[in-house]
Amino acid sequence: MRLPCPCCGWRDLREFTYKGAADALHRPAPDDASGWDDHLHNRTNPAGETRDLWYHDPCGTWVCVTRDTVTHAVISGVPLEGAR
Amino acid sequence: MIKLKETSAVAQLRLPTLTGCTLRALPPVRITSIAPYPGQMDALRAHLGGFPAPGEVVTLQGTDLVWAGRDLAFAFGADLPDGLDAFCALCDQSDGWCGFALEGAGAGALLARRLPFDLREMTAPASARSVLDHLPVLVVRRSSDRFEIWVWRSMVQSALARL
Repeated sequence: MRLPCPCCGWRDLREFTYKGAADALHRPAPDDASGWDDHLHNRTNPAGETRDLWYHDPCGTWVCVTRDTVTHAVISGVPLEGAR
Repeated sequence: MIKLKETSAVAQLRLPTLTGCTLRALPPVRITSIAPYPGQMDALRAHLGGFPAPGEVVTLQGTDLVWAGRDLAFAFGADLPDGLDAFCALCDQSDGWCGFALEGAGAGALLARRLPFDLREMTAPASARSVLDHLPVLVVRRSSDRFEIWVWRSMVQSALARL
């Protein structure tokens, strides 16, 4: 698999570290107990388009990658800076 | 006071003999990392006369500024102008890195076996951060058949074993 780094262009998977689903970017309100329960313990695991976070180890860029888990297509990658 | 002699970490090592290209150790050189503070990139660029964009190598008054990561450049060689520290963090990296020059018609082909990105996309002069197998490296392409590979001092032997 090749992933797009906003700095370096398309690079091999070996240069990246998976950092989890992009759901982690949206934290529930501090007093929303059920929201936190959902946020911490439940995973959506979608078949199809999904967004996840990757770290490009050589250049140090966090990337939010949109890809399709059914077709394995990698659709886009944006720097995490400003991706929320 | 005892005067210590500067020695490269590669000086005592036996370099592998390669086919189609030659590998030699680069002499120790002063390396300074330049990391602009948030929002200071434009001011730094104006003060310095330029700053390398991703993958670029910029030469300013005899000093090579090599892109070395996100908002990070390495200055190889001479002293930097005064007053830079108002715009960026400067850090001496000279002892932390060792360089090799890989030269010859087969250099690109040899590196293509070890680096996981397309070297054909690198038009000299250019730089790239990548991994040599699993070792973090800075690759600088000086011309079509001359590459410099900079690797952390602690990983020099592993890097040589992989070449």
